[in-house]
Amino acid sequence: MASKLLTKVGAIRDPKIARNPNPLLNATRRLFSHRPISTPPHSPPSSPPDNGKNAHKKSKPTSSLKDLELAKFSAIADSWWDSEGPFKPLHAMNPTRLAFLRSTLCRHFRKDPHVARPFEGLKIVDVGCGGGILSEPLARMGATVTGIDALEKNINIARLHAGLDPVTSTIEYCCTTAEKLVKEQKMFDAVIALEVIEHVADPAEFCKSLSALTHPGGATVISTINRSMRSYATAIVAAEYLLHWVRLLYLDSCALALLKTVV
Amino acid sequence: MNRAITRKLAAAATNAYQSKVLRKNLCGGANASAATSTQINNHIHEDKQSFTHTVHPYDIAIVGGGMVGMALACSLATTPLTKHLNVAIIDSNPALGSKVSIKKEDPPDPRVSTVTPATISLFKDVGAWQYVQQHRHAYFDKLQVWDYTGLGYTKYYAKDVNKDVLGCVVENKVLHSSLFSRVEDTDFQKTIHPSRLTLMSLHPSSSSTVESSSSTEASYVNGCLAKLELSDGSSLYAKLVVGADGAKSQVRQLAGFKTTGWNYSQNAVICTVEHSVENQCAWQRFLPGGPIALLPMGDKFSNIVWTMNPKEAADCKSMNEDDFVKAVNHALDYGYGPHPKSSLLASADMFSWLGGNLVISANDSFEVPPKVVKLASARMAFPLSLMHAKDYASRRVVLIGDAAHAVHPLAGQGVNLGFGDAFALSRIIAEGIAVGMDIGEVSLLKKYEAERKPANVTMMAILDGFQKAYSVDFGPLNILRAAAFHGAHHISPLKRSIISYASGEQRLPLFS
Repeated sequence: MASKLLTKVGAIRDPKIARNPNPLLNATRRLFSHRPISTPPHSPPSSPPDNGKNAHKKSKPTSSLKDLELAKFSAIADSWWDSEGPFKPLHAMNPTRLAFLRSTLCRHFRKDPHVARPFEGLKIVDVGCGGGILSEPLARMGATVTGIDALEKNINIARLHAGLDPVTSTIEYCCTTAEKLVKEQKMFDAVIALEVIEHVADPAEFCKSLSALTHPGGATVISTINRSMRSYATAIVAAEYLLHWVRLLYLDSCALALLKTVV
Repeated sequence: MNRAITRKLAAAATNAYQSKVLRKNLCGGANASAATSTQINNHIHEDKQSFTHTVHPYDIAIVGGGMVGMALACSLATTPLTKHLNVAIIDSNPALGSKVSIKKEDPPDPRVSTVTPATISLFKDVGAWQYVQQHRHAYFDKLQVWDYTGLGYTKYYAKDVNKDVLGCVVENKVLHSSLFSRVEDTDFQKTIHPSRLTLMSLHPSSSSTVESSSSTEASYVNGCLAKLELSDGSSLYAKLVVGADGAKSQVRQLAGFKTTGWNYSQNAVICTVEHSVENQCAWQRFLPGGPIALLPMGDKFSNIVWTMNPKEAADCKSMNEDDFVKAVNHALDYGYGPHPKSSLLASADMFSWLGGNLVISANDSFEVPPKVVKLASARMAFPLSLMHAKDYASRRVVLIGDAAHAVHPLAGQGVNLGFGDAFALSRIIAEGIAVGMDIGEVSLLKKYEAERKPANVTMMAILDGFQKAYSVDFGPLNILRAAAFHGAHHISPLKRSIISYASGEQRLPLFS
């Protein structure tokens, strides 16, 4: 998964590849190659009627893969909170990603990082929250957290677990998608989608939705980390690059024909 | 406290309102919103009830308000990420909490500890050392160790390792009150429960229903809190229970932690003695029955820690004072064996080829400790043993100090290990709070265990090794020990390593 992202990034740098009609990638190419590129209008294939389950994933020949992924998560949903179970690597790396979030978001929102609850007053949405492994610590850090996931089973487990502790029982869990939230015109100070983008059929559209959910001046955080140690190392590089990439896009408004809502 | 309650109520109300609104908008469905609104009303009602009826749950309950428990409280109180925590200290000592003023004229207490430079710097970090300096305390920069065979001795100077002091001898009550005074300085929320722990439940029984009268009890039933019952009939809840209640730890027992260890067939007799001159050096002589240590306390006082078999200990405790003073002087001087020869040049030549700069201290020759003039306190005797808990932590409970490990006093390390535990746990709790973890989570507490256990076990093994090596009177072994003395005295890299390890820096000797 991560290597796919890396090659995409590599592809951007190669001026020979001109066929990719994706506007996001084109915009980045512009940034790196300093050459005007005609951006052919790209309209994604019209999505099938929303069947409620995997709405934020576009129906493409790869939709069967998405069903498989959902089924895979559904099967192990009960073990979300078993720190020795199939989600062990996620639990193990959780402190690291939370430390990163803490320092980055405190810097971005000018919050004092030395208090116990630095995110007081921040509205955060955890996209693809799963069992709530990220949402609960964010709530403990003072944020007003909304967790969304495409799988009802995950939301049920997340709600159950968060309800055990008064501090985390204020988390709002909803079985919905980023796209639906955009339609409802929800906005948040910080939009966090960790380890989600690799499960999405159309990453570019997904990014569009994420940026639409973010308040101007807010922050969008995406990570994609695989489970083998080797790609963990490379994926960190990709995530940093990706984050940097998204931030670069934030700054260059000319290149953002479709991402103009992001400031 | 009232401010906290109103703030919490307000927060609960706004949260409830927000959740109500969000639920309506995001999840849709008239039924859902109706259900949630009743839930939310109940929630607010429960919160109000919980503040009037049930006791507020604590974040941490420290069982045992002694030196190590108080060090933990002090460290939590002075760290930004943890100073907001609500802490209960459970200790049946009625004097805890009352402002105990230690007067200068008070005779020195025989219960003292030698704090290493590492511990001193930890105390300075939290701002408690300034209080120690207001009372009697004695730095020492000289240490002499020898045994009864007269075959060798070791003399250490702090300046050999570019340090100012090798350690400081302080009465336990001074250490304790200094830490307590520092906590009182801050506005740390601590509640002292002058009672004893009788029952502790970490996992509620499966038969308990969720139908409970307060949110606190609901949290306990959900496994978010530990429940502690005290001997005065009261009970309290906490997210984390810290066992700092000494070698006979009740917390360790109730949590079911297994221990390993053995009794040394030795007791330690301790007392304070007086000299006619100031004593500025720490002395330790290994006798056939066990070591006798003479530690400077300041004001011409010294502390004696004399390890011997239980029968002799009983004799020493009961014999009259003059006889005891004679026995002490005998043990420190010509008793049991001759003085070692301080043949400086010969030994120095022998070891010069081993490399390193030869450290020739100013007064490197063997010295006899100052004579004891009289006894200045009552004599106490304690049995000695080694004990180590197999685990330091499990869900919602963690052990620090003597509750986790007990060592032989021969190197003055025991309470220093405990202070190391306390300050490490405080730091790890702060790190957990920084990433939004539940402080009672096993993964966090195991991080503390992974840090402290190897250090403690290593030190214990070394001390136990010394104890065993010195308890055998066997010709070849005596010579080996003498060689070890010579080596430790003359090989300066080894000397530096040993001093720095004993001073609390975390490196093993030989592996610098």
